[in-house]
Amino acid sequence: MLEIKNLVKRYGHSEPVLKGLDLKVEGNSVVSIVGASGAGKSTMLRCINRLVEPTSGSITLNGVELVHLKGAELRLARRKIGMVFQGFNLLDRLTVMENVLAGRLGYVNLFQAISRRYPQEDIDRAFHLMERVGIAHYANKRADELSGGERQRVGVVRALMQEPDVLLADEPTASLDPRTSEQIMVLLQSLASELSLPVLINIHNVAQAKTYTERIVGLRHGKMIFDGEPAAFNKDALDEIYGGIEAPDGDITAEPAASETTHDAH
Amino acid sequence: MVDHAEQLADRVWQRFDRKERLIRYAVLLATLMLVVWALSDIDIFWPWVWDAPNQISGLAARMWPPSPAGFANIVSALLETVHIATLATFLTIFLALPVAYIAAQNTTPNRACLWLGRFILVSSRSVNTIIWALLFVAIFGPGVLAGILAIVFRSIGFIGKLMGEAIEEIDRRPVEAMEATGASKAKVIAYAIVPQVMPAFFAIVILRWDINIRESTVLGLVGAGGIGVILQGAIDTFAWPTVATILLAIIVLVLIGEALTSVLRRKVL
Repeated sequence: MLEIKNLVKRYGHSEPVLKGLDLKVEGNSVVSIVGASGAGKSTMLRCINRLVEPTSGSITLNGVELVHLKGAELRLARRKIGMVFQGFNLLDRLTVMENVLAGRLGYVNLFQAISRRYPQEDIDRAFHLMERVGIAHYANKRADELSGGERQRVGVVRALMQEPDVLLADEPTASLDPRTSEQIMVLLQSLASELSLPVLINIHNVAQAKTYTERIVGLRHGKMIFDGEPAAFNKDALDEIYGGIEAPDGDITAEPAASETTHDAH
Repeated sequence: MVDHAEQLADRVWQRFDRKERLIRYAVLLATLMLVVWALSDIDIFWPWVWDAPNQISGLAARMWPPSPAGFANIVSALLETVHIATLATFLTIFLALPVAYIAAQNTTPNRACLWLGRFILVSSRSVNTIIWALLFVAIFGPGVLAGILAIVFRSIGFIGKLMGEAIEEIDRRPVEAMEATGASKAKVIAYAIVPQVMPAFFAIVILRWDINIRESTVLGLVGAGGIGVILQGAIDTFAWPTVATILLAIIVLVLIGEALTSVLRRKVL
């Protein structure tokens, strides 16, 4: 269970980016976080695994307080938090397998890491997961030879290799074409239930958020102004979150063509 | 319409206005004055300058034909020169990489390390190899060791600075991703930084090896080993045909080094 209490983040002396957020995520629910650019979505996610230092507040994962961890304790906590990035953040010059195994860096020792002597069960798990998302045949290809959607699958598998207790996805589909981004959303949704893993997804695409997640959290200017089921996320909520700005996807009632893409991931 | 066309034809265009032109003339004048001052201030004994063509033809006549005597000596001295360059480059790698690491803005542990790293790089680069060689000949006595250390100390600045810049130019996002997996600092370096700077590393080391071969040919002039030692000896004994052979041998060596490194560099990049 992930619980955020009164989270505040301020860069320097400017106005806080996050102004006292509270959020509780339990079980294997998929939560999408929507909001305009600069609303604090990315900052919130990065506060959880401390890529960004929170100014104050509390974040607990399965009872462990994350905000004040240092050094080795922080690394131990981080390996239980998987993260998927907008730009994939792969090690381009290394192979797909090396990228995937990098998810185990928190578990193996330095010698194993440098000499690539990972335990056999890690390698088995890597092949299993790569098989699951359909990239196993790329194991020995360089990561930069793959297409965008395939690269993001590598990113997802790398995060899952950590055997995480929670998965964070920061705009995982924003660099992908519409069809590929649907596939990645389907993948995240189904993996969450298969591995009974809570997933937090920052997303711009409101239509996708409504289709693939079971709970929507709306941020505006660092405050949570919506928290509820996709069905409750109506035009008013959208206007409130984007401040009457034209919604990024036009008509929010338009559902993406989910039916055909659902099959690809299975 | 006709009026309009006439108006356009009357327009005057100048690249520089009056003030800009004045500045340009002033800069030109200042440069000329600097040159005149420098020429009048240094002591050039002009009769020797006018005599130079005679001296050149005289020297060429004494050098020709290059003497094949002692060719085996020259070859082994050349090999020694290459060995100095290779060993020095190899040793430099181990000393320069830690310095590059602390001298790069994005990897340095703290500000004190950053300035220490930059100080090492600047002091290494601001002292010429020959000066380093003079220093080490004074410490270790004449010989190959002084030559190797001289080249090492000059190369640390070169490889360290360029590698530091390569580290500063890496994509930060993979670093962030590795930190997010719970990897330690050393593992983040091994996975996210090292692969990104590998191509630059090989290119820089090969380039420096090439430069070091050239630099080690002159080390012997101050007694620090290599081909320069026998070149100095030949000049001191007025053995001009031997001098000619040595100079030709150096040119051939540098050309071979140049060809070899350009092939290697193409393989790496």
